[in-house]
Amino acid sequence: MLQRETDVAIIGGGPAGLAAAVEARNHGCDVLIIERDDSLGGILQQCIHPGFGLHEFDDELAGPEYAQRYIDVVENGGIDVLTNTMVLEITPTKDLYAISENGVINIISKSIVLAMGCRERTRGAIKIPGYRPTGVYTAGLAQRFVNIEGFMPGTEFVILGSGDIGMIMARRLTWEGATVHGVVEIQPYPSGLIRNKVQCLDDYNIPLYLSHTVVRVHGKDRVTGITISKVDENWKMIPGTEKFINCDTLLLSVGLIPENEITKKAGAALSRTNGPVVNQFLSTTINGIFACGNVLQVHDLVDNVAVEAKKAGKLAALYSKGVQVPTSMEKQIVRVSPGNGVGYVIPNVINLDVKEEFIEKAGSMRFSLRVRKPMQDIYIKMRSGQKELYKKFHRYVRPSEMIIFKIKESIKDFLEGLDIDTPIEVYVEPKNKQPGKRERD
Amino acid sequence: MLHDFAIIGAGVTGTAIARELSKYRLNVVVIEKLSDVATETSKANSGIVHAGYAAPEDSLKAEMNVLGNPLFDDICKELYIPFERVGSFVVGVAGDNFDFLEKELQNGLERGIPGIEIIKDVNLIKKMEPRITDDVEMVLHAPSAGIISPFGLAIALAESATINGVEFHYNSPVQNIEDMGNFYIIDCPTRSFQARHIVNAAGLFADEISRMAGDFSFTISPRKGEYLLLDKMEGFINHVLFPVPTKKSKGILVSPTIDGNIFLGPNAKDQESKIDNSTTIYGLEEVVQGGRKIVPSIPLKETITNFAGLRAVSDTNDFIIRASDNKPRLFHAAGIQSPGLSSCLAIAKRIIEIIKEGGVSLELKDNFYRSREKPIVFKELNWTERDQLIKEDPAFGNIVCRCETITEGEIVQSITRPNGARTVDGIKFRTRAGMGRCQGGFCTPKVIKILSRELDLEEDEIVKREARTKYFYGHTKDFRRHKDATA
Repeated sequence: MLQRETDVAIIGGGPAGLAAAVEARNHGCDVLIIERDDSLGGILQQCIHPGFGLHEFDDELAGPEYAQRYIDVVENGGIDVLTNTMVLEITPTKDLYAISENGVINIISKSIVLAMGCRERTRGAIKIPGYRPTGVYTAGLAQRFVNIEGFMPGTEFVILGSGDIGMIMARRLTWEGATVHGVVEIQPYPSGLIRNKVQCLDDYNIPLYLSHTVVRVHGKDRVTGITISKVDENWKMIPGTEKFINCDTLLLSVGLIPENEITKKAGAALSRTNGPVVNQFLSTTINGIFACGNVLQVHDLVDNVAVEAKKAGKLAALYSKGVQVPTSMEKQIVRVSPGNGVGYVIPNVINLDVKEEFIEKAGSMRFSLRVRKPMQDIYIKMRSGQKELYKKFHRYVRPSEMIIFKIKESIKDFLEGLDIDTPIEVYVEPKNKQPGKRERD
Repeated sequence: MLHDFAIIGAGVTGTAIARELSKYRLNVVVIEKLSDVATETSKANSGIVHAGYAAPEDSLKAEMNVLGNPLFDDICKELYIPFERVGSFVVGVAGDNFDFLEKELQNGLERGIPGIEIIKDVNLIKKMEPRITDDVEMVLHAPSAGIISPFGLAIALAESATINGVEFHYNSPVQNIEDMGNFYIIDCPTRSFQARHIVNAAGLFADEISRMAGDFSFTISPRKGEYLLLDKMEGFINHVLFPVPTKKSKGILVSPTIDGNIFLGPNAKDQESKIDNSTTIYGLEEVVQGGRKIVPSIPLKETITNFAGLRAVSDTNDFIIRASDNKPRLFHAAGIQSPGLSSCLAIAKRIIEIIKEGGVSLELKDNFYRSREKPIVFKELNWTERDQLIKEDPAFGNIVCRCETITEGEIVQSITRPNGARTVDGIKFRTRAGMGRCQGGFCTPKVIKILSRELDLEEDEIVKREARTKYFYGHTKDFRRHKDATA
């Protein structure tokens, strides 16, 4: 069995792993990226459409171009990379076991960054009834077939779910000469970014069926069509609204969930996003294991992944140098809970007992969340009991866009203002429902 | 070539009979309509080896189940088939007919079913099965009930039969059978077979096969059962959990599978079509409601797929295991619905007896291979063994299916073994690649590549199951060109 030692081991060489690796290396650590595919870049390699890097590089890049900018830094920066190598297990003592065609590799590291990304929800996960023919693919799989393997997975398509990959594939397949008969979305609003609705559907006259879902897959061997139906506000189909659409392929873009096999095996606690529970230092419940990117929360933009990953990379580097980064398991923690209108908030917990010199090193106090439904004229607020900790007005908020904010005051004061017995709540408050204001109206 | 026996149908019954016949100096062929073994009724069922108390008295179902259950231990050891006697509970809740449970217990005791008992101590029940409904008042516990992969069983039986000289022909729907006096000619679309004897193990279509041969004595009608399969949750429940049954079926159960998943189902719905194995909104809802009655906390968000199977129900509602009344050299193993999986090994032995009783002299081979090469299951090895294995064959260092931790080495092995996989589903059912929570989202392109390499086919020739289940419509750029040219 081969053995490797390193300061920081990074599991996954996609956008999160790459950014974390570069940051950890900048802090003077030996870094090893373990990537299961034959090249770095992760899912970016099949995302050949533009739109990446607007914030990060002030440039509009295609996925592989964005990845290459990081890969160049990794390759020139003395970062070790193992490709075609898959981590199968992290033991509770933080031993990594991976395999490649050379055998089993036991990797001993001082700290670990989880950056395995996410996977697509499947047909089974959303229980579409009907036959089980060929021709039902997740949008990401179809993207791989078309962009990497060079095969057409169908000729006449319907796409269920208006997630970003689904909408991007609607355009991509149209370019390749296929017909996309429509995108079917169970919610009354598109679930991906507005820019993708405009650029990928509207510009190509591809119908978007809101408040609709697929209620049946037809065809025993190959898909021969699907039946869609309108749904009510509880997502129940409305009888009599069924419509048959002739097609040979159904693509699913119905959501992403963090990869969590290794996280679970390591014994880390999971949160409601299915990613690991983390604190403000992106530390899991296990000492020295950090998480970032889609393994933690499914991001809207790769640029946001990079910001989060750099923070994880930096803290993993500090930890490997002997700085005691508090884990999200310690006694002095307070829970951050999503309140009215909020799906989830990262970090899941905040450590109160943090040494002052470490506060400086750790950097800004960053929160990220998603709202449950599109809303107008609202405040995103954070409170501890009756005490308001943060408040910002938003003209529009949508579930497809992450909301990210930082604590502006001194972190020391912020932490000192928290009470260990009072959970922090992040919630949405409509502007017109503010008691004080209504009286004045 | 004239075969001694043609078995029509490669489900658990057909493959069990094939293996049993392969013990004798005979020339045996198995003719299967679809692309692989266990592709219809044997694929989509509960995967339970029943204890044997439930089938009606004096039925062949009861007799075969009681005889069949104990046969699983040896054969599963010989052929390396995962099998576990986890035991079953019939869960009695307030309002149920408890006399019925007492009667089932009596049946069980009379049939000599080991360890069968009624447990009324609710604390004990809760200890044995913590997530069972709080409404439970008593359970009928049958410790000899087991769980097995039905297709795993058929694949192993077929491999064993192949090693012992049986030929398997797939994609061969029988279209016509002609009795030539001392042998039959069996016509399929691409070739014909000649065989002295026919064993009819054609499942849902056994009545049609029988009629082709000139025996109109029974009919088979389909009864659909729908299922929900949940992700792996080791230890979530420990036993096969039945409700108190209804006339039509054993009811909607909640059970662990041999691979550690949980399933709910099946419902029971008679239908005309022998083809329609689609699931329905209403059926799946019925399954959910039924499952929740026994295990209220069942986490439906862990659902990874749904599917339906068709039971082959005979007009007598019992198994039909006999020689044809009017046609010579024709034997039926038909109407094999539940407890068919539990009974298949006993049915195979009974068919041999019936063949012998019919005056056919069967001579045992002296070189019958009982076992098969142990399949390598990477996941079950320790790190040192894994390292060793990869050093011997680097293909075991390449994970193809990450949900189930299946390596390229195992995929190749499933193709190159006797009666190996030739389709993506063939690989899925032999290795579990594509059966996990991502349902093939990650591994399908890799599996297609490996199949194309090993079978020397183009990637766009690879199929999921039968010929009409191709994945691709050509290369992207050719597609555009073709479309522009025809526009």
